[in-house]
Amino acid sequence: MSDFTSEFWGWYIGVITVVSVAACALLLQLMSRRRQVSDADTTGHVWDEDLQEGNNPLPMWWIGLFWLTIVFALVYFALYPGLGHFGGLWKWTSAGQYQQEVAQADAQYGPLYAAFEAKDLRQLAGDPAARALGQKLFLNHCAQCHASDGAGSKGFPNLTDRDWLWGGEPETIKASIAAGRNGLMPPMGAALGGEEGVKDVANYVRSLSGLANDSVRTARGREKFQQNCVACHGAEGKGNPMLGAPNLTDKVWLHGSSQATIVETILRGRNNLMPAHKDILGDAKVHVLAAYVLGMSGSQTPEVAAVPAGKP
Amino acid sequence: MQAQTYNYSVVRQFAVMTVVWGVVGMLAGVIIAAQLLWPELNFDLPWFSYGRLRPLHTNAVIFAFGGCALFASSYYIVQRTCQVRLFGGPLAAFTFWGWQLVIVLAAITLPLGITSGKEYAELEWPIDILITLVWVSYAVVFFGTVIKRKVAHLYVANWFFGAFILTVAVLHLVNSAALPVSFWKSYSAYAGVQDAMIQWWYGHNAVGFFLTAGFLGMMYYFIPKQAERPVYSYRLSVVHFWALIFTYMWAGPHHLHYTALPDWAQSIGMLFSLILLAPSWGGMINGIMTLSGAWHKLREDPILKFLIVSLSFYGMSTFEGPMMSIKTVNALSHYTDWTVGHVHSGALGWVGLVSMGAIYYMLPRLFGLREMWSTRLINVHFWISTVGIVLYIAAMWIAGVMQGLMWRAVSDDGSLTYTFVEGVKATYPFYAIRLLGGVLYLSGMLVMGWNVAKTIAAGRAVEPVIPSAGPAMAAAGHAASVAHA
Repeated sequence: MSDFTSEFWGWYIGVITVVSVAACALLLQLMSRRRQVSDADTTGHVWDEDLQEGNNPLPMWWIGLFWLTIVFALVYFALYPGLGHFGGLWKWTSAGQYQQEVAQADAQYGPLYAAFEAKDLRQLAGDPAARALGQKLFLNHCAQCHASDGAGSKGFPNLTDRDWLWGGEPETIKASIAAGRNGLMPPMGAALGGEEGVKDVANYVRSLSGLANDSVRTARGREKFQQNCVACHGAEGKGNPMLGAPNLTDKVWLHGSSQATIVETILRGRNNLMPAHKDILGDAKVHVLAAYVLGMSGSQTPEVAAVPAGKP
Repeated sequence: MQAQTYNYSVVRQFAVMTVVWGVVGMLAGVIIAAQLLWPELNFDLPWFSYGRLRPLHTNAVIFAFGGCALFASSYYIVQRTCQVRLFGGPLAAFTFWGWQLVIVLAAITLPLGITSGKEYAELEWPIDILITLVWVSYAVVFFGTVIKRKVAHLYVANWFFGAFILTVAVLHLVNSAALPVSFWKSYSAYAGVQDAMIQWWYGHNAVGFFLTAGFLGMMYYFIPKQAERPVYSYRLSVVHFWALIFTYMWAGPHHLHYTALPDWAQSIGMLFSLILLAPSWGGMINGIMTLSGAWHKLREDPILKFLIVSLSFYGMSTFEGPMMSIKTVNALSHYTDWTVGHVHSGALGWVGLVSMGAIYYMLPRLFGLREMWSTRLINVHFWISTVGIVLYIAAMWIAGVMQGLMWRAVSDDGSLTYTFVEGVKATYPFYAIRLLGGVLYLSGMLVMGWNVAKTIAAGRAVEPVIPSAGPAMAAAGHAASVAHA
């Protein structure tokens, strides 16, 4: 795509740039031609009692420095993009340089990744070289949300336990990384009859995993739950990995298990986004990462420190 | 004919506020430097957090401290070199009170999170309009004084002040163009890469004109005055003035290397930044060579030390700047603390020291005295500041180059060698050194504040009588023409 909306602007930029560099050269040439302005020490003007200006010529080395930068600029403009439509004799572009560097990296690291990609994810999860690489990818691309030990934080799933929102099969984990996930809990306040109704449901939800609850509210909440929540969370509240709907009967809480937090979740809903990484990282790196995350699962005590060659 | 006097009262007001805002702005800098070291110092207070205080620091040191120094010195210089009282009567007083109001509004709105989000132009549109009013008045006062001058030729310092006032007006109007959605919120009139380009056209010319051209004007008056020597070369003044103000206009794109900005614009920004090297150094040569034949004065006179060492830092940062604008160097330096070090070698070293030198020169004269209360304390201030600057910029250089190298390091398997947080961890000790440098620089400013307070207490406000036109009056002397206000 052209940088210019019309032919005119390309020419405008080219001409005005050349004229401007030439203007600097002209100013320098005119002012350095006659070295000595006059024989007097000063220009003869006096301001504020004693301020005067000397008649010294421009220092030769300074004139040389100025010319050097002007010549450098003209040579650079001949070789590189700068003068509007004229892209420079070397046809260099930043996009071209990027593509070249990517091609070079692909050629250099391609075989290594091809070997990893050929392996099945479970097999790769036990491969120390793949895990070392996977850890570095994880620390640079995933740790910002999931923490450097993979234990996550509020709203960001713990990857070291055995609980999976979207399923823990190797290919499912890979799909989560590649295409991303959007876990959407709709705001249910209106459907449940305002804050009181939401509190009832929250008590019922807490009862599912054996947390303290108000039995009167729980009884009312059960009814509302059956009418409004089972489509995603299931009749028993065990969730549905196809939808990313969490199991409410276990001890794992993404946003917290306090009544206040559960009320907030039901009342306002949640919109959790795991971004897609396929276009950022490419298939091979996603594959290596999926194996690393798979290896983390069930570790509870993260293995990060145990991985050899973690540091260069 | 009734004897007319110079308007010293507005100069006095700006000179005193230069010192006050200097302390405030540098204190804000020390606080945020400490917050980088100990994030707990945010105290979980939104208005006291780094993100809110950082623009407060930059606005306070650039526009409050630097701005007041520029107003004070330009008003002092334009009157004395044009041999006429400031034009516009009460308009000069309006620029003082208007500018102070802008600063106070900035100090309130920025911590509240009210910002346009444009670096060095964060203030929201109602304050922008007030700035415009003050600035137009400033231009009327300055150029009015120049027009009714009693001296045929216009002294070189005034060229620089004139260029600074005109250009800052244009920069402010173009970059601050915005669509208000409420009294305290507006959105830029430009979008995408055009917005970025206009922002950095503004941003770099704010450096070029606010922080360079104006302070060069200061340098061109106070160095020859203090050294009692003529400016080295008139011809060099002419070449470097025109080359400097012309070339700076083109340099902005170097802030946007390797971004969505088209390649041709990046090249133009880089090359004009390189061409800018000689014009910048022209000012440094002209100032330092003014001392030829009087080098011994540098040993005895701490005010000259401030002025000359400021030019050394000016020369250093205007060499470093063009080098950093080269795309391959920028690929290493961009987004690192090297940039912060570069800015502070210019801000603390050049802008700060030359302003302090100028105030030390003017203040006793504004209060009818021959010199500051304590010359020893000027010397103490000079050495504390210089050590502070060196610690600050050396720490940021090392940290910046280290960050740049760590971010780009690639392992044998093609992955990044270091995570971002490892870079942060490695930077930690250098943040401590930077804080120490900042504390020293602030301490120097407090020493200055003490010296200034004692000087003011010892003197009284004067309004000197303007000598009648003609260089013959040069012999009349300064002291004889002083009349008490």
